This record gives sequence, C-alpha cells and structure tokens, in this order.
Amino acid sequence: MSVQILTYIFVALSFSLYIGIAIWSRAGSTKEFYVAGGGVPPLANGMATAADWMSAASFISMAGLISFLGRDGTFYLMGWTGGYVLLALLLAPYLRKFGKFTVPDFIGDRFYSQTARLIAVFCAISVSFVYVCGQMQGAGIVFSRFLEVDFTTGVIIGMAIVFFYAVLGGMKGITYTQVAQYCVLIFAFMVPAIFISIMMTGQPIPQIGFGSELTEAYGGGYLLDRLDGLSEQLGFATYTEGQRSTQDVFFITAALMFGTAGLPHVIIRFFTVPNVRDARKSAGYALVFIAILYTTAPAVAAFARTNLINTVSSAEYEMVPEWFSKWENTGLITFDDKNNDGIIQYVGDPETNELNVNRDIMVLANPEIAELPNWVVALVVAGALAAALSTAAGLLLVISTSVAHDMMKRTFMPNISEKQELAYARISIFVAVLISGYYGINAPAYVAQVVAFAFGLAAASFFPAIVLGIFQKRMNKEGAIAGMIVGFTFTAVYIIYFKIINPAADTADNWLFGISPEGIGSLGTVANLLVALAVAKFTPQPPAEVQEIVENIRLPGEAIPR
Amino acid sequence: MSDSSANSYWKANIRLVLSLLFVWFFISFGCGILFVDALDTIRFGGFKLGFWIAQQGSIFVFVALIIIYIRAMDKLDGKYNLESSNEKETASSQENSK
Repeated sequence: MSVQILTYIFVALSFSLYIGIAIWSRAGSTKEFYVAGGGVPPLANGMATAADWMSAASFISMAGLISFLGRDGTFYLMGWTGGYVLLALLLAPYLRKFGKFTVPDFIGDRFYSQTARLIAVFCAISVSFVYVCGQMQGAGIVFSRFLEVDFTTGVIIGMAIVFFYAVLGGMKGITYTQVAQYCVLIFAFMVPAIFISIMMTGQPIPQIGFGSELTEAYGGGYLLDRLDGLSEQLGFATYTEGQRSTQDVFFITAALMFGTAGLPHVIIRFFTVPNVRDARKSAGYALVFIAILYTTAPAVAAFARTNLINTVSSAEYEMVPEWFSKWENTGLITFDDKNNDGIIQYVGDPETNELNVNRDIMVLANPEIAELPNWVVALVVAGALAAALSTAAGLLLVISTSVAHDMMKRTFMPNISEKQELAYARISIFVAVLISGYYGINAPAYVAQVVAFAFGLAAASFFPAIVLGIFQKRMNKEGAIAGMIVGFTFTAVYIIYFKIINPAADTADNWLFGISPEGIGSLGTVANLLVALAVAKFTPQPPAEVQEIVENIRLPGEAIPR
Repeated sequence: MSDSSANSYWKANIRLVLSLLFVWFFISFGCGILFVDALDTIRFGGFKLGFWIAQQGSIFVFVALIIIYIRAMDKLDGKYNLESSNEKETASSQENSK
C-alpha cells in the first residue's frame, strides 16, 4: 500500500477513536466541563498532562531543532523537563488543595482582588492564544505534506476535530482523548526511533544507541564522533560543542523552566485529580511519560542529522529519493544549484551552500530518509496530529474557562445559572477555535519560535505570582498586581521590539546582558519577583481570612473551616 | 491540627523542597550549562560527560527528584497524620466550589 493510503487510514482511525471517546465522555456540569469532575486517576492524568504538554513543537520541531543546533539544543530538553520539578514541588499540590477551576481563580481569590483576577485572565488568554496558533500551524504543515491537501484546508480540518471534542466533552472529553493521544504519539515517536537506532547502531534502545558505535554499513566509529567529524568537514559547527554564549543558554533554559511551571493549561490539569496526594503523583507520572520522548529526541536528532548528511551531501540532484522532491514541492526543502554541476553541495558556508532544509520537517522526514516501511511513515503523521490536537484542545479549554468562568461568572455576571455558564464556555471555545485557526493560517513565525514566546510570557506573569501566593503569606494584592504587570510588560515589549519592530537589531550585541528574546522571560520572572516583594513591603498586609487560606493550602488533608 | 505541628510540618516541607531544588539547580544549570566544558573532557562510551548530562542525564535526575519528593511527602504526611482521604477532600472541595 502506498504511504498516502496508509496515512489516510491511520489518521482516520485515530480521529474516529478521539471522536468516539468524546461522545462517550460528554460533560453535563460545569465541574465536569472545567475539571473533569475532579475524579481523574493520577496515572490517566499523568498521560493526559504529557499529551497536553507535548505539543507540535515537542513532537515535530524539537528533534529537528536539536539536530541543527547540536549541543545548544540542550535548552529545549532541560527547560521543558526541568520545569516539571518546579511544578511538582512548588505548585501542583498547593493548587490542588486550593481546589478551584482555573489559574485566575487562584490569583483572584488569593490576592482578594478583581483587578488581579482580570490581569490573570488577560495573561492566560494571551499566553494560550500565542501557543495555540503554533499548534494549528503544526497541524497545517502535516496535513499539507502528507494528505496533500491545501495548508488552509489542513488547518480547517484540524480545527473541526478539536472543536468537536472540546465543545462536547470539555475537560472530561479532553482528558480521555488526551490519554489516547499520548499512546498514539509516544508509539509514533518511538517506533521510528527504535528502527533507526537498530539500523545505524544495532542497538534497540535509542538512548543507548545515541552513545554507541555505528554499524559497518555506516562506516563504524562512535555516532557522535562521526557526526562531529562530518560537521567539521562540511564547515558546520561541531555537533557536541555549544555556539551560543553560556549566559544566553542559561537564561533561555531558565525561561523555559519557569514558563513550563507557569503555563495555565498544564496547571489546570492538576485540578482534575481527587486529592493532593494524587496531584503529586500525577506530576511524577507526567514527567516519566514526557521523559520517554525527551530522552529519545536528542538521539533522533543525531541519527537524523547523520542520515541527512550521508544521503544528500554531494549526491547528484537527479538521483535524490522521492521524499526529497515531495518536500521540495511544499517549499520546506530548497535546492539552488549555484555552480550548476548537478550535485548537492550541503556545507556550512552560506556562499556555496546549495541546500536549505526547514528544521520543522526533520522528524516527519526522518523515517523516509531512513527508508523505513510505509506504515511507520503513516504512523508518524498520526502521532504528529495527536500531539498538535491534544495541546490545542487543552489551550482552548483555558481560553474558554477564562472567559466563561473567570470573566462572566466570577466578575461581570455572577448571577448566571450553571447551564448558562456552560453555554458561554462552549461559545467561547467556538470563537477561540476560529481566531486561532485564522492565526494558524496567517502565522508570523515557525512553530517552535511562536511557542517559545508563550513560555516567556507565562514565566514572567504567572510563575512568580503563584509561588509568592503560596510561599509568602505576607504577599498582598498590591505586590502581586505590580509584579505581574511589570513582568508581563517587560517581557512582551522586549520580544515585540526584537521580533517585530526592529528585527534587524536582533543580535547579541544589542541584547540586554547578552540575553536573547527567547530567554528574556527569565529576567521578566526576576523583575516580577523583586517588584512584588518590594511593593508588598510598603503596602498593608493581606486580610486575616486570606492568610488563613494560605495556611490551609499548605496542609494536604484537613480542611480548616473558613 | 495544632498550629505548632502545622508549623513544623511546613518547615520540614520547605527543607525537603529546598534540598531537592539544590540538586535540580546543580545538575541542570551547574553540570548541564556552567561546567559543561570541563565535564566534556571526561568520556564514557561515545559520550562526552557534559554533553550527556545536558541532553540525557539531567532529565533522568529530574524524574528521580520528583519520585523522591512524592515518597518523602507521603512519609511526612503520615508522620503528621495528614493523609488526604478521598472523602474528606471531595467534601471540602465541593464546599469550596460553591
């Protein structure tokens, strides 16, 4: 069977599975819609969190980025996993104990202020929108390449599917589809990785194959040594050595970690488990499930890079395999025969280099480059879609709860009935799907880049406010509000300046302390923290009942009557 | 639960979290970024040590840290008799959501 037919079959099968689950798990109450009734077992929540978390950026882009960045790609790996340590130790158990529906719920109640609540709503919505556009774009790339539909049609198909199960099932539907999506995506990521590892190193575990010797057919020697050698020979940066400055890598890693711990769509997953103990446990499961993919990704990156160089470097253009020309059709691989010799010169020097490969395609193209069986290629497509759709659904839910619960119910229309609130939640998901679809089609930058900004903003706004709310009883509304505004504004302005207003100035010389826009969120976090502490020092203490809430969330079991 | 035992529970909790975060910082920002070049002079198998910690080892350590945290907190809850039973928790959260 051809790749195309297999792909249609795999995608159709996985989609009908998701739709089936959505119908089975319809939500009837707001509690079911917002937090899946609060009865999700920790193992299931761990899987759902992992799928929620691992987006198109993790599945499609990350290994590709690492294979071009080499050691510098480390900040994605450590940043996007290390944040879970912060989440598990500093946030998840306490927020579960607090036991409401959303992050703005916590901010608004803990800081006894509607202003704080609305700022949190604004931050949650902007972070989630930036992030969801990246997912829609990722889904669009996959559809346009593998199902050979138009990019716009691809985005629309993706939107329709997410819309269907998010509106029907709310958090409940999303949770159980995410469990299924995790299984699909991890299987789809691991199968080709294991295949390629066996092929290149004879070692079935990719994490070990990463540090093993290549088989005779690939010329022997350790994989990483060989990759360093090839890179040097062709004038690329040495794979295992860093190119970015140490402080930039340091700050980008920190921004991604703080951002991970501050992303509302991840945090709300911990509201869905029955109790505090289960919240801790499910954070542990989540990281285990995430680590399976994240420790495989750098191995895939190294395999893919070696394979790409072996296949295309100095190959005759007329003789390239089929996948090459298919990607050329999408414009994601371009070949420009500068010296007209009909041979692909793939080298580090931009003057003589003739080949450009978009980083986002490495994972998708990898099975084809390695000539794996057709069904593996089809599986990867289904996995990539699972990754994009599961994250998109989680984000859309945040947007919808922020509007229906935090803005309508808790702020402007406190008297609406549960049924009305549920209707508003469904309408706002619908609107959010349309807007994100629009930006997915007319998107500004690459998938991973778009997503990186969401992290900076989440890091600089939510993470410090929540941590201070739990660990600093003295923190009051004035401090928290000032901190969030300063952190968010500083980060947003820095990113917008270098990425939109004046992209020409986006070089290390102009950066503040040598920190790139990707890493500035960590400085925003520090600014938020310092401003909040300073302002709180000179303004009145929070009221006694708020201090009692803090005492109460610090203890896992007993509920102290309020 | 009395105020003083709540206090010492919280202190024990903070001690645990701080020591785990110290390891977290040392492995990721220390070994994975700041001292990575020095560690790269050590090799095992096909890996340079610093590169391995940055791309693989740190993630295994993160998983271990969370598992240690879960275990230690369960023990601590037991010691202070704070195990969160499902019934109690559901009752209180229902109250909260009203």
